[in-house]
Amino acid sequence: MKVTLLLFSVAKDLAGFDTKELEVPDHATTDDVLEMLSKLNSGFLAWKGRLRFAVNQEYVPPNFELHPGDEVAIIPPVSGG
Amino acid sequence: MIRCADTPVERDVQLTREEMRRYGRHLIMPEVGLKGQQKLKSSKVLLIGAGGLGSPLALYLAAAGVGTIGIVDFDVVDASNLQRQIIHSTADVGRPKLASAAERIQSINPNVEVRTFETLLSSENALDILREFDVIVDGTDNFPTRYLVNDACVLLGKPNVYGSIFRFEGQASVFYSREGPCYRCLYPEPPPPGLVPSCAEGGVLGVLPGIVGTIQATETIKLLLGIGEPLIGWLLLFDALKMNFRQLKLRKDPQCPICGEHRTIHTLIDYEAFCGTTVREMGSEEKTIPQIGVLNLKERLERKEDILLLDVREPHEYEIVNIGGYLIPLAELPQRVNELDSAREIVVHCHHGSRSARAVQFLRELGFKKVVNLSGGIDAWAEEVDQSLPRY
Repeated sequence: MKVTLLLFSVAKDLAGFDTKELEVPDHATTDDVLEMLSKLNSGFLAWKGRLRFAVNQEYVPPNFELHPGDEVAIIPPVSGG
Repeated sequence: MIRCADTPVERDVQLTREEMRRYGRHLIMPEVGLKGQQKLKSSKVLLIGAGGLGSPLALYLAAAGVGTIGIVDFDVVDASNLQRQIIHSTADVGRPKLASAAERIQSINPNVEVRTFETLLSSENALDILREFDVIVDGTDNFPTRYLVNDACVLLGKPNVYGSIFRFEGQASVFYSREGPCYRCLYPEPPPPGLVPSCAEGGVLGVLPGIVGTIQATETIKLLLGIGEPLIGWLLLFDALKMNFRQLKLRKDPQCPICGEHRTIHTLIDYEAFCGTTVREMGSEEKTIPQIGVLNLKERLERKEDILLLDVREPHEYEIVNIGGYLIPLAELPQRVNELDSAREIVVHCHHGSRSARAVQFLRELGFKKVVNLSGGIDAWAEEVDQSLPRY
C-alpha cells in the first residue's frame, strides 16, 4: 500500500526530501516507516523511541498501524528562539 | 471557550484618559472592550528569553497594554542578534538584553511595568520566578530550558505559550495541562544530544521569529481575555518557504510522566542531565575529546609542522570565510573518509567547534589516532589569531 510521508526540520535534512509517496507492506506501522528511513540514512536510528508521528494531521500512539493513503508526518523538535 | 484560570479579572484596575485614547481600537471591539482592556492591564505575563521570539512578543504585548511584563534573560546583545531580535538596536550591542528590552518597552508604552530577571532560569529559581505570573511564554533557545519551563508550568498549573524556530520552519502551541497536553506529551524524550542544531549552528530566517512570536503574542492575549479558540491541543507548523500553515491535533499522553494519570515527576529535575547537553547546546562529547587551541595551532603551523587542517563546514560557509582547510562537510565525511591519511596529524575545525567535535569522535572510532578538535572553531581563529577575517 502507499502512504504519503511528510518530513520536517532535521528529518527533512536526514532524508534529503520533504515529501514522498512511500510503498509500505500492508499493516505497516509508524515504527516500520522509521526503520525504512533508517536504511536510507542511519542517522534516523538515533531517533528511535524519541519521535511521535502524526497520521492524517493527528498525533498517534507509538507503533500505530497505517492504512492506504495515510499521510504520515515526522516532526522532530526544534529549539531555536 | 477556555479562560486562563489564573487571570485575575477581579484585580480592580481603572484605565486613565490617556490609556482610553491609546487603546481605543481595542475598546471598540466587543471581544475586548473596557473590561478586556482592564483585564490586560491587570495581567502579568512572563517571557522566557529576550531573543528572536521574545522581541516581537515584548513589543506587541507592551503595545497591547499588558500591565506587567516579566523577562528572564542573562545574555548581552551580540551583533549577530540584530538580524532578527528587533527589540535591540545597533547601539545596544554589548549591553544586557534586559536593559535594551526594558527601554524599548517603556518607550512604546510607559504604562507597562517591566520586571527583569537577569539570571539563567534553573530548577532552583524557576518556580519562584514563574509563580507570580498569569501566563508564561516560552521563547527560549535550548531544550533543557524548554523542558524546565514545561514542567514548572505543569507543577504550577500555568499555561505555557510555546514557540520554536529552525531555519525556515516554526512551531507554536499552548501547553496547558489543566485543559490539554503538555510539551512532554508531544516530545516525551529530548532529542539525541547534538542532533538538532541551534539557530547559531543551523541558521534562521530573520523574519521567522517575527511570525512565530506574534502568533505567541496573539495566543497570550486570547488566553488573558478568555476569547476565541486557543491552540491548546494543537501544534501549529509554519513553513516560510512554502508559506504554509498546518495544524496537527495533539493528544494528552495518559503515560506522560508529569501530566499523566500516574505521574512520576513531582518536582523539577536536572534538565541538562536529562537532555544530555549543556545549556548552550554544545555537544557533550566536545569536552572529552582532544582539543587544540587556536594560538597553539597558529604556532605549530608557523613552525611548518605537518598538520592537515580539515574543515567540516558546508561549502556556503567556506565561501564566507576559510583558513585554507581541506573541505569535507560533516554529512559527507563517512563517504569521503578515504581521502584522509590516518597516519597524519589532523586538526578538524568548523564554525564554533561543535560539528568538528563530532567529526573527531567519528574519525577516532574509525581508528584515526592523531586527530584533534580546534577549540572554538574558525570563529575563535578570527577573534584571536587573524582579526582581518570576517566573523559570522
